Amino acid sequence: MDFNDTADEAKFRAEVRSWLEANAKPKSAIGFSAENPRYQRNETEALKVAKAWQAKKAAKGYARITWPKEMGGLGGTPMQQVVYNQEESKFDVPSGFFEIGLGMCIPTVTHYASKGVAARFVKPALYGEEIWCQLFSEPSAGSDVAGLRTRAERDGDDWVINGQKIWTSGAHYSDYGILLTRTDPNVQKHSGLTMFYLSMKSPGVEVRPIKQMSGGANFNEVFFTNVRIPDSQRLGNVGEGWKVALTTLMHERLAVGGGQGGTGPDIRELLSLARDTELEDGPAIRNASVRERIAEWYVRGQGLKYTTYRTLTALSKGQVPGPEASIAKVVVAPRMQDLSAFAMDVEDMGGVMTGEESALHGAFQQSYMWAPGLRIAGGTDEILKNIIAERVLGLPGDMRVDKDVPYNKLPTGR
Amino acid sequence: MNFDFSDDQKMLRDQARKFLTEKCPPKTVRKVLESDGQYDQALWKQICEMGWTGTAIPEAYGGLGLGHLELCVIAEEMGRVLAPVPFASSVYLATEALLIAGTEEQKKKYLPKLAAGELIGTLALAEGAHPPSPRTIKTTFKGGKLDGVKTPVADGEVADFAVVLARSSDGAGERSLSLAVVDLKGSGVSRRAVKTIDPSRGHAEITFKGASAEALGPAGEGWDLARRVLDRAAVLMAFEQVGGADACLAMAKDYALNRYAFGRQIGSFQAIKHKLAEMYVWNELARSNAFFGAWALSTNAPELPEAAAGARISATDAFHFASKENIQTHGGMGFTWELDCHLYYRRSKQLSLALGASRVWKDRLVNHLEKKNVA
Repeated sequence: MDFNDTADEAKFRAEVRSWLEANAKPKSAIGFSAENPRYQRNETEALKVAKAWQAKKAAKGYARITWPKEMGGLGGTPMQQVVYNQEESKFDVPSGFFEIGLGMCIPTVTHYASKGVAARFVKPALYGEEIWCQLFSEPSAGSDVAGLRTRAERDGDDWVINGQKIWTSGAHYSDYGILLTRTDPNVQKHSGLTMFYLSMKSPGVEVRPIKQMSGGANFNEVFFTNVRIPDSQRLGNVGEGWKVALTTLMHERLAVGGGQGGTGPDIRELLSLARDTELEDGPAIRNASVRERIAEWYVRGQGLKYTTYRTLTALSKGQVPGPEASIAKVVVAPRMQDLSAFAMDVEDMGGVMTGEESALHGAFQQSYMWAPGLRIAGGTDEILKNIIAERVLGLPGDMRVDKDVPYNKLPTGR
Repeated sequence: MNFDFSDDQKMLRDQARKFLTEKCPPKTVRKVLESDGQYDQALWKQICEMGWTGTAIPEAYGGLGLGHLELCVIAEEMGRVLAPVPFASSVYLATEALLIAGTEEQKKKYLPKLAAGELIGTLALAEGAHPPSPRTIKTTFKGGKLDGVKTPVADGEVADFAVVLARSSDGAGERSLSLAVVDLKGSGVSRRAVKTIDPSRGHAEITFKGASAEALGPAGEGWDLARRVLDRAAVLMAFEQVGGADACLAMAKDYALNRYAFGRQIGSFQAIKHKLAEMYVWNELARSNAFFGAWALSTNAPELPEAAAGARISATDAFHFASKENIQTHGGMGFTWELDCHLYYRRSKQLSLALGASRVWKDRLVNHLEKKNVA
């Protein structure tokens, strides 16, 4: 057992690091802080910076390490992608705008569209010139996404789209999207779906930001009113949209993380808060109940970190990671929520205050307000537990009352 | 990154699993549980013959000279089958104490016999229903004689010798304690079995009245040494706990697949699926923390105290959760004497207390975090 790179990994790490050093600035010590300028830029400005950085990465082949060279990647291994992510996470560079496009949409388009179409879209996406979004979820189709209602009706060489999508990350700055629609409501719900790609500038597409409970607006509603999509923009066969969607989601799962450190305040910040906060009987760090909770979250966090190490070990050996990789999000999100709530308890009556003038610039307050979303986005805690139970443990699927029932005969509730 | 056991170590684990599945079915555990046998002598003999007791003992002292990683994979399998033998007491505690604190002479005297299974050792810390500490230890070790009462001592009735934490000077400071090694068959030692929640592992009360003993390690360093032994044992025991927790999940899963209610497998109900998924999550976190402990133990890393605490806290939580929810998954049947769920429930609590409760380990962990100046 060791935590060392193999010779090849060490060589690649050195290459990556020297390139990053020449092209970016190291992160300041406090990663999460609002002092970090990237949290203060407005989105238009942030997008501009991100596109410039993406173009630089793409020119070097680092935008998608595992893609073959002919697609503009580096033809590297998943482990090399991890090494790159680890190194990049130490630098103050933008992230986040291109992951959906490159991680899910482009692989789907490449898989199902003609070579010419794929060639048209790959490079602009890789260089950050065009951004993609994923239009799957709907107000009535969240965890049960195959229950979606957005209609696509054939009209000559076109399809006419009417309906609404929701929770679409980045729709407001996206150029293209992949869109899952219902083309046949008379058959079982999974069988009547068809996938398309479309320009987000198409007439009849309207994007409205959703104001979240945390105050921000990271997601959108997207409305489709008589939007025309040529049949040439169909991905996969009519009625096989579910199969195409599974390809997309499979790519989502294959996208391996590996950057260290989360996005919110964690044990380091909790310890610092406990040191600086005077309780009725002395500093919080000396209080037994505070210490016990710190230890519990620390152990849980370390457990995740070492689970990642196990996954990386498999990748490093060229193996498929074991099922333990599936536990991360179901631990991370509730932990963030409870840890933040407890940190606010340490501040007692003052814990209600947030913003720049409050303790740690309100980092725990912000993460308390963000955590409920994290427990839902990208698979709710409940769906993730179903996945572990069924795919890892081999327990039976739930009884499906919608099985063998045509979509348009399903009860819909309110 | 190579954060995994080697192929050889995995092969050893597979052999251990095969052997123990065959030789230590639940009825072997029950036999000890339902009698006053203290441990299963036939099983113990075979384990000793294979040399598992000497896994981490250097060849120079009659051991296999493998290492602690090998011991970890064996420990996991011992935990999986709830092996009713004095392995933890003799190997994780007594052997480790001698390895880190013994003189050359003491090592030569004890280690070959521990490796061969000719001697069973144990560690005697507790003095009743409160945590042992420099403030509370009353047993004395003065002028080569031990006086006092230690209880409960795991495997105390069957052990040949014990490493005892005792007061060697007045005062309540850490430096007032020393370790002593004492022949439990010698004069001035009396012992009797004590009743515990897990009779598949014997425990005793041991009374010393002027029993001759020799110092283990320098005088005044008993508390520090005891904690170092506990750190090492915590990693090994964490693997036992992970093995036990894994067995609970397997039992619960098997039952959930084969028990039908309301016309369907109970494993198709989300209430059961989510419960089992949570077991899996806690078990994997515990396993990963135990891996880090194994790395720290096997490399003598400065991170060992922190890694040991993490492994212990995580494994204790996982085994507790898995053993209680395994009973719950089995419903009324889980509460019967006949089913094996209670064997794991008993052992999970026994192991969680054996090296000190989580409360104490959590406090120590934060001490280390403060020292490391993580903030």
